[in-house]
Amino acid sequence: MNSKKLIGNSVRFLIYAMVILFFIWAINNQYFTPIFSQSSTFFVLLRQHVELVLVSSIFAIIVAVPAGILITRPRFKKAEWVVTNLVNFGQTIPSLAVLALMISVLGIGFQTAVFALFIYSILPIFRNTVAGLDTIDKNLIDAAKGMGMTPYQILILIELPNSAYSILAGIRTAVVLNIGTAALAYVVGAGGLGVWIFTGIQLFDNAFLISGAIPVTLLAILADYLLRKLEYVVVPKGSRRVAKT
Amino acid sequence: MISFNHVTKKYNENTTAVNDVNFTVEQGKIVVLLGPSGCGKTTLLRMVNRLEPISNGEIIIDNENSMDLNAIELRRKIGYVIQSNGLFPNMTIEENVMIVPDLLGWSKKEKRERFIYLMKLIGLDAEDYRKRYPHEMSGGQQQRIGVVRALAADPPVMLMDEPFGALDPIIREKIQDEFLEIQKTVKKTILFVSHDIDEALKMADKIMLLRDGEIMQFDTPSEMLAHPKNEFVSQFFGKDRAIKSLSLHTVKNLQEVIGLARIDKSIKNTKTINVHQDLRNTLSLLMNQEADQVVVTNDQGEKMGSITIDLVQKYLHFEIKGKLSVSQKG
Repeated sequence: MNSKKLIGNSVRFLIYAMVILFFIWAINNQYFTPIFSQSSTFFVLLRQHVELVLVSSIFAIIVAVPAGILITRPRFKKAEWVVTNLVNFGQTIPSLAVLALMISVLGIGFQTAVFALFIYSILPIFRNTVAGLDTIDKNLIDAAKGMGMTPYQILILIELPNSAYSILAGIRTAVVLNIGTAALAYVVGAGGLGVWIFTGIQLFDNAFLISGAIPVTLLAILADYLLRKLEYVVVPKGSRRVAKT
Repeated sequence: MISFNHVTKKYNENTTAVNDVNFTVEQGKIVVLLGPSGCGKTTLLRMVNRLEPISNGEIIIDNENSMDLNAIELRRKIGYVIQSNGLFPNMTIEENVMIVPDLLGWSKKEKRERFIYLMKLIGLDAEDYRKRYPHEMSGGQQQRIGVVRALAADPPVMLMDEPFGALDPIIREKIQDEFLEIQKTVKKTILFVSHDIDEALKMADKIMLLRDGEIMQFDTPSEMLAHPKNEFVSQFFGKDRAIKSLSLHTVKNLQEVIGLARIDKSIKNTKTINVHQDLRNTLSLLMNQEADQVVVTNDQGEKMGSITIDLVQKYLHFEIKGKLSVSQKG
């Protein structure tokens, strides 16, 4: 075993040990009891959380992917700089500020939280879509054009399959971020597991805090895992190696 | 057949890439566009399938003005090969090769048969490569696939933009030979861009030498070497153009004109050479002096005679130097 591998394995071992110690500590102090004693509330919160993430992410994908495709078309290429900077700027506004701002427009509740999360998911998806499409070898497009493919055929048969890896990576980033940010939905009364986290903070009650926070973390890890699996289904076999190098 | 009538390409008022070009690529012939970079050769090629719009003049392909068809239909009728093979990494070899037939709506059976035929043409096993992806193949194989992809729908006309430029010299030469062999069967009308003089001499039925978007000379390779029209042409082909022209002739040509020498059986240290070998390589072999005698054999391996530097020189004198001296006088 070389030294690089040794360091990697020992770091991995340390992390696993810390996670296991954490769970032993939490279980010993009965910090997970709210999940079992108030399981119906827990599932309501979990469902709200998942709904917030799903709805906002789906809307973000519906908006950001086509926007990324549109901006990379020759006709709109000139606007790329402006739009990209606009989206970047949007990302710099603190999420709490967006939530607060939206209350005055959309009121309190689910739709406000969804809208804020949606705004936050757009950037990673949009940026990765544009990057994926922009980094396709120009010679491929030239060859496709020269063989008589229509712009639509080039997009569907060449550009999207070869940028699928990058687009999916953007979606994965957005969804994982979204699961964490959705904890803030509590602030606008949209529920979610943030309810227990904030309750825990306000009451200095570790049991509620951990019963809210750990499921959020697990949810994020699960989403990351599933979306990685999806890459194997969606990204064409031949482009996978190209995308990773 | 591709005819260029007063074809001009202007990017703006002051930049002219191609200026009033007139020439014809005859049916089944290869015309190589040759010239230094920025001479407009690629632009000229890309105007044929309208990847570059034509500013002025017209291009007639098989009696049809290229502007009469819509650009998409036109391109499907023209084979197109580029330097960096342009194979799509997301598609298998079969999908890549069958792109144009797919676009034209061929049936599955027709496509399969055509694929098997094409792979046979380049000596690859169709079954073996069908499901493979471009990245699993070597650069030479990728370029071969790039060439047969352009042949897929059997277009009468092919455009090749430095198709072998990215390959290493040994593979390049092999694929050039292969391609010329294929061309003997398919007989396409080909416009071929190159910046490599040796490649041009080897591939071309006619060479067009361009500079700054203007035709310097349009001639057969041997004429071009023997009768350079102006200073630029003779400089472009270099002082060694007489030696270069040897690559256009084979031992067979020499044998037919002046005959071979007798084989001296007393000399043990001999090398053999095929009668279809070109004279430039033959001369090089003779000058290596690895052998005391070079014996010429035919395709059946029978000894036909021997060849010497003196014979090559004599042939050069008859065939080339004769023409050169005429051109220098004129």
